[in-house]
Amino acid sequence: MKVLVCVKRVVDYNVKVRVKPDQSGVDIANVKMSMNPFDEIGVEEAMRLKEAGSATEVVAVSCGVAQCQETLRTALAIGADRAILVQTDAELQPLAVAKLLSALVEREQPQLVILGKQAIDDDANQTGQMLAALRGIAQATFASRLRIADGWAEVLREVDGGLETVAVRLPAVVTTDLRLNEPRYVTLPNIMKAKKKPLEVLTPEALGVDVAPRLKTLKVSEPAQRQAGILVPDVATLVAKLRGEAKVIP
Amino acid sequence: MKALVLAEHDNATLKPATRSVVTAAAQAAGAVDILVVGSGCAAVAQQAAAIAGVGRVLLADAPAHADALAENVAEQLLACAGGYTHLFAPATSYGKNVLPRVAARLDCAQVSDAIAVLAHDTYARPIYAGNAIATVQSADPTILVTARPTSFAPAADGGGAPIEPVAAVAVGALSRFVGRELAKSDRPELQGAKVVVSGGRGLGSAENFKILEGLATRLHAALGASRAAVDAGYAPNDWQVGQTGKIVAPQLYIAVGISGAIQHLAGMKDSKVIVAINKDADAPIFQVADYGLVADLFTAVPELIEKLAEPAP
Repeated sequence: MKVLVCVKRVVDYNVKVRVKPDQSGVDIANVKMSMNPFDEIGVEEAMRLKEAGSATEVVAVSCGVAQCQETLRTALAIGADRAILVQTDAELQPLAVAKLLSALVEREQPQLVILGKQAIDDDANQTGQMLAALRGIAQATFASRLRIADGWAEVLREVDGGLETVAVRLPAVVTTDLRLNEPRYVTLPNIMKAKKKPLEVLTPEALGVDVAPRLKTLKVSEPAQRQAGILVPDVATLVAKLRGEAKVIP
Repeated sequence: MKALVLAEHDNATLKPATRSVVTAAAQAAGAVDILVVGSGCAAVAQQAAAIAGVGRVLLADAPAHADALAENVAEQLLACAGGYTHLFAPATSYGKNVLPRVAARLDCAQVSDAIAVLAHDTYARPIYAGNAIATVQSADPTILVTARPTSFAPAADGGGAPIEPVAAVAVGALSRFVGRELAKSDRPELQGAKVVVSGGRGLGSAENFKILEGLATRLHAALGASRAAVDAGYAPNDWQVGQTGKIVAPQLYIAVGISGAIQHLAGMKDSKVIVAINKDADAPIFQVADYGLVADLFTAVPELIEKLAEPAP
């Protein structure tokens, strides 16, 4: 079974982003970039499938600027066999990425496509579902456990209020949630090995995909700030304030 | 303009999130219809029909829709989407699962997690875990939106919309439902609770988390946790409040032993009143708290339970 695993280059999750003064976006100049954490979980899961004998080949793919090659090298260092970058400087929105991935799925014919449930920059939570719809195949989103057997994937999903298990016929799309696994640390020998693995670079034009954005960002602003509160000296004062001032308890 | 709202339900009861989405859809499009997709869910359609301002309720009632598989629900919504300028769903695990499939098939973008309607085609939505708010405008012929339930007031009863059965559409053998383990609790649901008591890594162990149960019972509160506490195994995953967990906005949020990581604040900073109890006076949680108490939680929480038991003076 071939597994395609999709990775996005995003602002590192430890960085507190700042809105640009002209409200045109967030300032990502000279900011540390990393693999989207949910995608890292996806790469780890693909490797576990390979180590368990379910997967024969793991192909990491990314869409975006030339520096996404670094993100793909990380995926290769975790253990992916080869990588494909669809390189463009254009702004890529989820529908465009889903179309690019659909073209790659057409070319590579994987049995399983793994994506993070959302990217921590645009927080859209769309690409996996859109890809599944474009391919006319099943999806299992927000996965916290994945088992492959007899041409089906059984997936434990994290849903509001608990857990749900669905079985999806392969080929299928699975999107990862936090508790699916804990990604391994990348070792130096594996980073060196990753440099020699094949990394193919394509363009949206070569795949015949129009990536023009559909949503126009009119502005990006700071969220409303809460008014600074007060420190109370003891529990009795806290209860008195909640009753008398805030009126949130009887 | 007319919007179709995808109702979230469990085949018996309409989820309150649906009412909030009706409010958002009405702000965007004016006229609102509701689509109920399920099995044996006539009662849900009746609850939807009673919401004030709803034009009509479309009911797709079929065994294939019993477990709300995304492939089938999306196909049903597509079949009913003709004539609507807007398609709305709640930004919950249900809506997030279904609506992007519909958007892709219509070759339209989706606006995820809208927190405000600025015009019929323009919405505010959080990005970077709520550290920035993007204002986005769609130019697509159909505008698809998932709306964050806590950002819109729930639409009240007072209507009497007609219920129109529609032919059920499903895709068949792509996927099947295996099972469900929903957390059973006497406490209110985390996302709908008026009061939430949350614990962080400061609790120190799963055993110590029990100290919060007495406080939650006293306040009729739901229990929550920070990601740090969940990752440490102190609390179950479905208690997690934060950007990668649940977004809550109760009347009162009590954060106990929570430092206030960005990712946690993103999940609770729209609460009306925030109380923080932490022994570290420099914890970032105090910057968003209306009332902060620098104290050891293991003495402060029992004292708080005791004081709350006393009648108000």
